[in-house]
Amino acid sequence: MKFTEEHEWLREEDGEMVVGITIHAAEQLGDVVFVELPEEGTVVSKDDEVVVIESVKAASDILAPVDGEITEVNSALADNPSLVNEDPQGDAWFFKMKISDPSQLDEFMDEAGYQKFIG
Amino acid sequence: MDDLKHTALFDLHVELGARMVPFAGYAMPVQYPLGVMKEHQHTRDAAGLFDVSHMGQVILSGASWDAVARAFEALVPMDVLGLEDGRQRYGFFTNDAGGIEDDLMFARRGADLFVVVNAACKDADIARMKAALEPDVTVTPLTDRALIAVQGPAAAGVIAAMDSRAGNMAFMDVRDLNLDGVPVWASRSGYTGEDGFEISLPEDQAEALTRTLLAQDGVAAIGLGARDSLRLEAGLCLYGHDIDAGTTPVEGALTWAIQKLRRAGGDRAGGFPGADIVLGQMTDGATRKRVGLLPEGRAPMREGTEVFDAAEGGTLVGQVTSGGFGPTVGTPVAMGYVDAGSAKIGTSLWGEVRGKRLPLTVAKLPFVAANFKR
Repeated sequence: MKFTEEHEWLREEDGEMVVGITIHAAEQLGDVVFVELPEEGTVVSKDDEVVVIESVKAASDILAPVDGEITEVNSALADNPSLVNEDPQGDAWFFKMKISDPSQLDEFMDEAGYQKFIG
Repeated sequence: MDDLKHTALFDLHVELGARMVPFAGYAMPVQYPLGVMKEHQHTRDAAGLFDVSHMGQVILSGASWDAVARAFEALVPMDVLGLEDGRQRYGFFTNDAGGIEDDLMFARRGADLFVVVNAACKDADIARMKAALEPDVTVTPLTDRALIAVQGPAAAGVIAAMDSRAGNMAFMDVRDLNLDGVPVWASRSGYTGEDGFEISLPEDQAEALTRTLLAQDGVAAIGLGARDSLRLEAGLCLYGHDIDAGTTPVEGALTWAIQKLRRAGGDRAGGFPGADIVLGQMTDGATRKRVGLLPEGRAPMREGTEVFDAAEGGTLVGQVTSGGFGPTVGTPVAMGYVDAGSAKIGTSLWGEVRGKRLPLTVAKLPFVAANFKR
C-alpha cells in the first residue's frame, strides 16, 4: 500500500490501483454522511477533484492521486457513507483507476513513511 | 489558540479528550472522542452535558421589579412586566430597522431580571443595556459564574435525584437549587428540543459539579458540533446565521415570542426599537420568511446554498442559513429564508450544490418534535 500527503492510500489489484482515504483522514473528518462518486470511465488528471465527501462538520474533496481513468466506483458508499468511518482502509475504497504513468507513484510514501508524516 | 479565553471547564474538556476550537473568542469543545453523531444521539436517548459558560449572564436591578421590567421593555418586544417570579421567557433585542441585534433568555428572580445572551454579542449587549437603562437600572455582568446545560430524557431524573425540587419545575420555570452542595440557578429550558436544565453556578465550583454530573448514569459531555445539529433539528435559530441585525422577527418567524400586549392594539403596544417596522410587517406580512428546508437526497445543503424555484433556470428565491445532516431525522436538514411566495409548507424548490440543482421541500419546523416538560 502507498500513501499520499493528501491522506489517500493506493493498493494495486489486478493491474489497477484501488484508492481510498486513510484511517487518520477518516478520524479527522468525523462521521461521514454523504459520498459523491465520479462516473466510471472518467479520465482524470492528478489533483482533479473526483470525490466529494461530507461529514457532519464539512464537505471535503478527494483528489485524483495520479493521471488515469476511473474504471470502477464503490457504489456501496452512496448507500452507506458511514462505511468510511468503519473500514476506511478496507471495504470503504472509493474507486479503482487504470493509471497512465506509473512513475507518478514513486513520490508516495510507504506505511512507515506515512505514519511518520502524520506524526 | 493562545489568545482565546477559557471557561472554568477548559482543563476538564482537555482531560476528556475534546477537540478544542475557537468560538466567539473562547476555546470551546467541538466534540469529544464519542464524535458528533453519537453525542447527538446520546442527548436524544439519555442526557448530554454542555458547557455554555461563554454566554453572557447579566443581572438587571432597580428600585422595583416594575421599574426594571418597564425599562427592559424599551429594548425588547416582549411582555416583561407580566413575567411571574421564577419564570423565564425567550426574547430578542431589536434595532431601529426592526432587525434582531441578539436573541436571549430572561428570567425574573424576585425584583431582578436575569438575562442570558449570546457569547459573540455579549459585549455589545451589555453596552446597549448600560446606555439605555443606567442609572435607573443597574446592569451587572456576572463574570464569576459558569453556565452548563443538561439536556435529554434522562436529565430530569439526574437533576431531581440531587434536588427533588427540580422534579416539579415546568418548562421555563426558574428555581434556586442545591446540587451536591452547590447553590445554583436552574431553568427548565435548553437548546436541543429536549427536556432539560440550564444551570448557572459559581465558577469556582463548576468543575467539581460537572464531574459529579458526568459520573451519573446516562450523562455524557457533548460538544458544540452536536449542539448545532440538535438545535437545527429542533428548528431553533443560531444568532448570526438564521437571524441577525438584517432580519426582522416577522421574517425570522419569531412573532410567537412577541406577546399580544406588545402588538398593535395591545396595552403596551410598540415602544421597542423598530416597532413601527415590526408591527407593520405583522399586519402586512414580510417579503421573505424563515422556513424549514428538507433536501430530498443525501447531500447536505450547507449555509449559503442558493435556493431556486426550478430545476433549471427559474428564479433565485432564497438561501440556506443553517444546514447539515440531522442524525435523528436520518437525512440532511436545513433552514433558510425564501420569498413569501415560496414559503408555503410543501413547496418544491431546488438547492444548488456544487453547480447541481438538487430537489428540496419547504418543511414544517421543528424536524424533531420537542420533548419539553409542559
